[in-house]
Amino acid sequence: MRRKGARVCLSAKSNAQSGDLAAKLVLQGSAVSALALAPAAAHAERQYNLQDPVTPIATQIFDLHTYIMWICVVIFIGVFSVMFYSIFAHRKSKGHQAAQFHENTLVEVVWTIIPFLILLFMAFPATKTILAMKDASAPDMTIKVTGYQWKWSYDYLDHGFGFYSNLSTPYQQIYGSEAKGDHYLLEVDNPLVVPAGKKVRVLITANDVIHSWSVPAFGVKQDAIPGFVRDSWFKAEKPGIYRGQCSELCGKEHGFMPIVVEVKAPDDYAKWLDEHKKQAAAAADDPNKVWDQRELLARGEKIFTANCAACHQANGKGVPGAFPALDGSPVVNGPKDGQIKTVLNGVVKNGQPTAMVPWRNTLSDVDIAAVITYTRNSWGNHTGEAIQPSEVKADRG
Amino acid sequence: MSSIPHDHAAGHGHDEHAHHPSGIMRWITTTNHKDIGTLYLWFSFIMFLAGGTLALTIRSELFHPGMQLVDPEFFNSLTTLHGLIMIFGAIMPAAVGFANWQVPMMIGAPDMAFARLNNWSFWLLPFAAALLISSFFVPGGAAAGGWTLYAPLSVQAGMGMDMTIFAIHIMGASSIMGSINIITTILNLRAPGMTLMKMPLFVWTWLITAYLLIAVMPVLAGTVTMLLTDRHFGTSFFNAAGGGDPVMFQHIFWFFGHPEVYIMILPAFGIVSTILPTFSRKPLFGYASMVYATASIAILSFLVWAHHMFTVGMPAAGQLFFMYMTMLIAVPTGVKVFNWLATMWKGSMTFETPMLFAIGFIFLFTMGGFTGLVLAITPVDIQLQDTYYVVAHFHYVLVAGSLFAFFGGIYYWLPKWSGKMYDEKLGKIHFWASMITFNVTFFPMHFLGLAGMPRRVADYPAQFTDWNEVATIGAFGFGLSQILFLYIVLKALRFGAPAPARPWEGADTLEWTVPSPAPYHTFETPPAVS
Repeated sequence: MRRKGARVCLSAKSNAQSGDLAAKLVLQGSAVSALALAPAAAHAERQYNLQDPVTPIATQIFDLHTYIMWICVVIFIGVFSVMFYSIFAHRKSKGHQAAQFHENTLVEVVWTIIPFLILLFMAFPATKTILAMKDASAPDMTIKVTGYQWKWSYDYLDHGFGFYSNLSTPYQQIYGSEAKGDHYLLEVDNPLVVPAGKKVRVLITANDVIHSWSVPAFGVKQDAIPGFVRDSWFKAEKPGIYRGQCSELCGKEHGFMPIVVEVKAPDDYAKWLDEHKKQAAAAADDPNKVWDQRELLARGEKIFTANCAACHQANGKGVPGAFPALDGSPVVNGPKDGQIKTVLNGVVKNGQPTAMVPWRNTLSDVDIAAVITYTRNSWGNHTGEAIQPSEVKADRG
Repeated sequence: MSSIPHDHAAGHGHDEHAHHPSGIMRWITTTNHKDIGTLYLWFSFIMFLAGGTLALTIRSELFHPGMQLVDPEFFNSLTTLHGLIMIFGAIMPAAVGFANWQVPMMIGAPDMAFARLNNWSFWLLPFAAALLISSFFVPGGAAAGGWTLYAPLSVQAGMGMDMTIFAIHIMGASSIMGSINIITTILNLRAPGMTLMKMPLFVWTWLITAYLLIAVMPVLAGTVTMLLTDRHFGTSFFNAAGGGDPVMFQHIFWFFGHPEVYIMILPAFGIVSTILPTFSRKPLFGYASMVYATASIAILSFLVWAHHMFTVGMPAAGQLFFMYMTMLIAVPTGVKVFNWLATMWKGSMTFETPMLFAIGFIFLFTMGGFTGLVLAITPVDIQLQDTYYVVAHFHYVLVAGSLFAFFGGIYYWLPKWSGKMYDEKLGKIHFWASMITFNVTFFPMHFLGLAGMPRRVADYPAQFTDWNEVATIGAFGFGLSQILFLYIVLKALRFGAPAPARPWEGADTLEWTVPSPAPYHTFETPPAVS
């Protein structure tokens, strides 16, 4: 299945369907303003407790946590008032003489059995919630979530389209040359969009290492495991924008792959779905088109920023010892077939995949041609070439 | 040169107890349990400072949102090495140091059973530590997959990961040899009349810990070896594309990892159970039930490993089983806390520094126990898994748990070991400074975790800023407090007042029957135990 980021679509078809473009810009603009005006603005709000739940499961978990906390608080007060009373009263400086008792079977049996009974009162509601969480049957819709180093993708399996979701916080904010925005590190270019009040089943997997897809307000946290598909589900009752973060260490940019879910009222969702389906159909590139270098460079830069810059860096210098530089690289300045095959197939060392994963299934021929054209004509690389999608297609083998 | 005690070939003895080389060779060739105990304790303190430095670098980067000091990959190396160094370099060797000094003296044995093996167990450690720390300087940097080394992330890493794997092998070998030694010593070298159920509780907790170590260190060695062959020799244990399963790594790792938690805390239980009766001037309450509770905790620790993995997606039956088992551990743990309180109850308490640390231990460890209970509840755990709540939880049980108990143990036995008293006033300042700054550092992390801040992130959304600032300030205070500890120990060793044989009125175990400092060889003739 092909997935296209909305950002990519915009630049890709500027010539072919410029009429459509205006409509899409409007769509894009409204999504951005919706993100900015979200009621769930979390900035600078100090929080002491779990996030406000918006699904029945998250509500159950919230209540369960409160219930157990209160039991713990009562035990805590009971146990430590005994201890502090003893510290206060049974001290040598007050002339207290030490008793010499050192066992009492009855007391010991009692304080073994009573905690056990308390545990039963905790286990009962917890068991009910576990069984409810595990019941992913009869969903209204299914979405496949895939974790990548370091972004997410969402496939609408019932509708045959999907897209990537990248962190949209600019590097300047992270490295301090710009003020941080309201949703610093919790904002993406394309949020997952779902309808309110519907049971959404998510199939979760990963492409490289283990990630974890987590939306606290939904009570969902499920590890994304490469080579296996796990599932979870949620039924968000209130429209709004809900944010989470990858919750399993997945390498360098682990802290920079947030999850944003936009829950829309069913009507709005239907409109969004319709637009997106059309957009996905329109986004399919004409396979016979010959691209000029300028188009490829513009598209290539976007692809590079979204997929490659995390390791190879925006300046193409890589990270010495970990991720090779592309600027001045013999592969990038060598025969183009060599680079195309590297991007298509990834780099394997000693029979094990490396951080340079195969891109053949995640990027289209046009994307790969564009990003290779970009790397061969950026920084200190000046091959002057424009790689055509047909050359990539030929090398797919 | 041979260093078996009483081997006169070693020559040039200075007094009747010191037939051993002097200077650095004394420490390299020593087979004396007291020397080796000292080596373990100093080694662990140096590692504690090294791991602490990494922790303070982490806290500095997290003081404000945004990347300021380190890059994200190096940040991941910091968290990884902080965990590995503190667990394998600081806490575990410190516990073995206590065992070396105290087990023979508490059971009336002249030394450990295998004296040369004991030397080797220790001297493997500096090499393992050097391998681990020098991995920061190789291409690609130190391991950055978290101390749990989850595959497939750790399959991707550079040669720093291989160095970490070898360091773990070496430290594991050291632990296994140390454990064999401790078990053999306890089972064979007890003074006549000291039956198992008359042993001080510290000896019991170490006996059980040693069995846990022998059971699980080979499991860890096995899983990191599988990682090594996946990395270099084309196997696919953890690679689904080759028929493996990344989650299998976690199952094997945590089958080691959960008993490991008790390996780190049981010796601390033993120390606290020694200090409390002394300063309450009253025998330990429920000795037999303490032994049974320790054993139950150890056995249950093999049945709860998957509670570290509730979010990997296991069947409901699996989640329920591991939740019930985990909750069950609260019962024997509760028995221990109740026994400690009953020991204090109606005692005649004084509050010297060891007692303060023991009480601080009970208070904070119990809080860590409560958050552990919260985390045992699977649905709540799923919300809190891999957040700062978990970070807060395990620092309450490992820092305020193990570390506080070890501080208490050092203050308690330093007069016996060195023959010098520490400065009581400074000791109390050290306790209160540690107690307060510990809570300033780690208590706010509960709030961060509940609000959803993931652990192991190099940067965080702005709403988490203020608690991170508080935690960072606390962490620097906690770090400084430990410099004070070093000063107190050095001052005691150099200028401390001479300690009597039994400086604590309520102390009644065998080590207090010998002079202070304890002679180089004790109990060459077994004491009589009634």
